[in-house]
Amino acid sequence: MSREEVALHVDWTRCRGRGLCTEVFAARLARDEWGFPLARDGGATRDVPVLPEERAAAEDAVALCPLQALRLTAR
Amino acid sequence: MTLTHPPTIPVPTGTRRLLAAAGPGLVDHERTHGPLPAVGPAVIDEIARAGVEGRGGAGFPLARKLAAIARQGGTARTRGRSGPLVVANGAEGEPASRKDAVLLRRSPHLVLDGAVVAALATGATEAVVATSAGLAPVVRQALAERRDPVRVTVRALPHAGFTAGEASALASAVAGGPGVPQDRVVRLSERGPGRRPTLVSNVETLAQAALVARYGAEWTRGVGSAAAPGTRLVTVSDVRDPDTAVVLETAGGAVLGDLLVASRLDRADPRRAQAVLVGGWGGTWVPATALDATLDAPGLAPWGASPGAGVLAVLGADTCPVVTTARIATALAGASAGRCGPCVNGLPGIAEQLTALAGGRPTRDVEHLVSLVDGRGACHHPDGVARMVRSAMHVFREDVLAHRSGRCLVGGVR
Repeated sequence: MSREEVALHVDWTRCRGRGLCTEVFAARLARDEWGFPLARDGGATRDVPVLPEERAAAEDAVALCPLQALRLTAR
Repeated sequence: MTLTHPPTIPVPTGTRRLLAAAGPGLVDHERTHGPLPAVGPAVIDEIARAGVEGRGGAGFPLARKLAAIARQGGTARTRGRSGPLVVANGAEGEPASRKDAVLLRRSPHLVLDGAVVAALATGATEAVVATSAGLAPVVRQALAERRDPVRVTVRALPHAGFTAGEASALASAVAGGPGVPQDRVVRLSERGPGRRPTLVSNVETLAQAALVARYGAEWTRGVGSAAAPGTRLVTVSDVRDPDTAVVLETAGGAVLGDLLVASRLDRADPRRAQAVLVGGWGGTWVPATALDATLDAPGLAPWGASPGAGVLAVLGADTCPVVTTARIATALAGASAGRCGPCVNGLPGIAEQLTALAGGRPTRDVEHLVSLVDGRGACHHPDGVARMVRSAMHVFREDVLAHRSGRCLVGGVR
């Protein structure tokens, strides 16, 4: 799915708010007051839209999540 | 939740369809409705024309779910996987709803017919009725009276709490899993537990499908509004005590105030009502000034509300809305399955702040906390809490302001 529109899907049943994703994908993700990833655009955070130029950072976030709570899905 | 036997009352504006049979047995069922006719995939179009929408809360069109399962079922079989599974959702985790319990007790055969119709329409070879341990024997008794063209079984849920009826939780329970909401990137209709395309549909929705299979779409639309054809089950109660509930079968699109009157509940008298929580505890507060609204999507749209699970929980004029909202938020926080961080942290936070507000103590920004739970969980439980609290802050804004300055506009019950 190299050229199609993708989103970063958060599996909330796995996420424990370690926060690595918010460091490597800081363009899109902030941390809420408990440490969980929060979309900077204020939208719901089940699926965060990823622009083509953000793809590498999003992939890093997926790879680095210690809880394997992230994945890229087709939008 | 304790099982009750809420009274049901013939509504002047209503129609007896789902609750038409004189008793729960097969003899009364077939005397009223006759045997279930032969059904195939064509029934999906008839259900679409009848406009049957989900009665569990989300209101999703049943025909679209059925069509998706039928399509996925074909794909699954060609790949050597198991065929589709039909799950009739009778968990009724919604605390203010009693309609599914009434339906299962009064018309279990209509629900079973509906599960069979869904199975035959989609090519499923198996259907499961999932309900509380208290109601499972009722369904088993009905099953023992009949023979069906597909395998139908009953699954007694060990704890039918609020989130047990969430579709992914229920599908998990039926497959022998933990019965808590699951993260989903693939729809249940595509690939549920055991890789089977899975239909999870509310028991009332399926019973409506059984009526359509017998009498057709045109008959279905003979009562109700264009937006809410046919009948629907409604639970009217005093918001402070769900055990006061009365279940009505009414034409779709009935006027809210008429339904409150029809319930004959003293506590639901429109002249003494202050507001109604519509849809469920995770629903929307609608002020008493809007009791001329109809219980369908267009009638409730101005309030951002929807019929949901058919719940009308009435707040009397003598009861403080801030205290009531705090109590419901507290109960909903306790009902979290505890799986997702924002729900685990945010719901108790919201409940605490509302409880402080109810007591006239200073609070943090409740709306901010609400924004931190909305849409941030595997299931929609936190979204419902956000919806209910936001509508309370809007509809009861005068009361909220009074509480911020340590006063309460309601002198009576706190």
